[in-house]
Amino acid sequence: MTKDRIDRRFASLKAENRAGFVTYVMAGDPDAATTLSVLKGLPAAGADLIELGFPFSDPMAEGPTIQRAAQRGLKSGMTLQGTLDLVAAFREGDQDTPIILMGYLNPVLNKGFETFAALAAKAGVDGLIIVDCPPEEADPLSDALEAEGIALIRLAAPTTDDARLPMVVRRTSGFVYYVSVAGVTGVKSADAADVAPAVERLRKASGLPVAVGFGIRTPDQAAAVAKVADAAVVGSALVDEIEAAAQLNENVTEKVLLKASELAKAVRSARVGTK
Amino acid sequence: MNAPAKPNDYSAYPDAEGRFGGFGGRYVAETLMPLVLDLGKAYADAKADPEFQAQLTSYNTHYAGRPSPLYFAERLTEHFGGAKIYFKRDELNHTGSHKINNALGQILLAMRMGKTRIIAETGAGQHGVATATVCARFGLPCVVYMGATDVERQKPNVFRMNLLGAEVRPVSSGTGTLKDAMNEAMRDWVTNVHDTYYLIGTAAGPHPYPVMVRDFQSVIGAEAREQILEMEGRLPDAVVACIGGGSNAIGLFHPFLADEGVRLIGVEAAGHGVRTDKHAASLTGGRPGVLHGNRTYLLQDDDGQIIDAHSISAGLDYPGIGPEHSFLHDIGRAEYVSTTDNEALEAFKLCSTLEGIIPALEPAHALARVGEIAQELGKGKIVVMNLCGRGDKDIFTVAEALGRKI
Repeated sequence: MTKDRIDRRFASLKAENRAGFVTYVMAGDPDAATTLSVLKGLPAAGADLIELGFPFSDPMAEGPTIQRAAQRGLKSGMTLQGTLDLVAAFREGDQDTPIILMGYLNPVLNKGFETFAALAAKAGVDGLIIVDCPPEEADPLSDALEAEGIALIRLAAPTTDDARLPMVVRRTSGFVYYVSVAGVTGVKSADAADVAPAVERLRKASGLPVAVGFGIRTPDQAAAVAKVADAAVVGSALVDEIEAAAQLNENVTEKVLLKASELAKAVRSARVGTK
Repeated sequence: MNAPAKPNDYSAYPDAEGRFGGFGGRYVAETLMPLVLDLGKAYADAKADPEFQAQLTSYNTHYAGRPSPLYFAERLTEHFGGAKIYFKRDELNHTGSHKINNALGQILLAMRMGKTRIIAETGAGQHGVATATVCARFGLPCVVYMGATDVERQKPNVFRMNLLGAEVRPVSSGTGTLKDAMNEAMRDWVTNVHDTYYLIGTAAGPHPYPVMVRDFQSVIGAEAREQILEMEGRLPDAVVACIGGGSNAIGLFHPFLADEGVRLIGVEAAGHGVRTDKHAASLTGGRPGVLHGNRTYLLQDDDGQIIDAHSISAGLDYPGIGPEHSFLHDIGRAEYVSTTDNEALEAFKLCSTLEGIIPALEPAHALARVGEIAQELGKGKIVVMNLCGRGDKDIFTVAEALGRKI
């Protein structure tokens, strides 16, 4: 299983000639039970792949939205182990939707790479994105993940030049995550015109599908990216829904799934009528 | 962790990847990675350029007021009745602490790289003031990130930075302390990669910062070494410095690293005590982990979440420490001890009344251990302590701790 699930999902998306829709939510925001009900509802709302954040006290690459989500997650008692438990609970009812954990290195390092990889594989995790672990520092983590068949998803950025590309795609699998703006999550907006050539360059260098994130907030932006990339990732816009619903005592799951389905529709219809 | 075999050649560290044994490295987001690599190249180039070095020396001399004196603390020596105690007087530098040494070095590098905007983080405000000072001197815009709690406790320094033309941005994200100020500075940097230089204040962060800050601060140890040889005709038996991130300590230690006969002693902040949950002693009470771009000892919980550090001195309450200290700790070349808030306050008063020098609370932590070290070494021996900052900024904190109103 594990990363094969990612490959299978991108293969079927290719066969359907459409981009994938990737959602991001934070584990434990606002509590574990809500996260689980959101995860369970996401595939039906149109999520092709799910990124699940595990909270860290010092999320240096996040904008205010996901910083606050991490604080809420920690406050609700969420841990790395708790995040793995959520994945295991989700897997009981869904064997097909790939789940990628996303977060920072220290909680993983703290568990021990081998221990983490074994536990993650057992829980049904398919891939891992570690924001503060560039390829230069990734070998020990790659060794542990490869042994368990989990993909270490690599990030590429607008500042990643041609000279660095071979380094960036070394020992990576699943897909490449293109950070479409220089900045933190959820603040700047992606420009589809700039994204297209970057995606092409990354596809060529890696031979993998390319997902684009960090600047997609609206259905229009998602559709524009879905025209040129293999997948569009939305995080902060969904997390904002969670925060607002929780503050207003509304049904969090309902609100965030509604938002997800709007975005999913935009992604799914982006290439209709194109070859 | 197995300690690596004891190396004889300390100049081999860090390696090309910025690693000191198992510590250091470059743990940053991909967006910053090309910048960090560029900075490494630019610094190596500047380091080897005699013109850059001459320029830095000139500013150190004429602007910062170096060399700082090495002063024989006669009454403290008598008071403790042991080894001779010398102070390296870095509190006499322009801006009142050792921070200017690094700020000057890095701003010259930033200008050489063509960067036009400077950002920094600050805890107590000393590094913020030093950065605002050099930005004023060279006419570059400056934004200083400071934890909201520190903005409250260090108002005079906030005012100083404003006077110098810097914008101080209070950081209330996370826990609103120095570590969060550093997070926020990194977020600014990643957003403004095209024109911004991040002037880090301590010997930590992604490579090349730990080695670069160490090099700029090594002027402290290099001068002290020359001065003690001139005054005493021999090297000291021990050198002592306080440690938050560890830049003044590594600056004092580094020129003595190969002198195996010289004990290197770092003093961390024990706050309410290292067995409580209110301290800042990363080596004494932490475990290796990754934060702010480097692998080093950190205060963290069972889940790998970073724990807030506490110290009466805002310049020491950082939950991490520079990677070279982690390395020196693990191979046993340097010793690390700690001082509580109360012990630091006692030392602060003692230094003021016996020597007529009001120290900053940071070096007061070092002084609190110097008496024992002097007694342990005994008469006829020599100990050099880095008096890395002056206490003007701390009088309100100290008054409050003593239950007095100013």
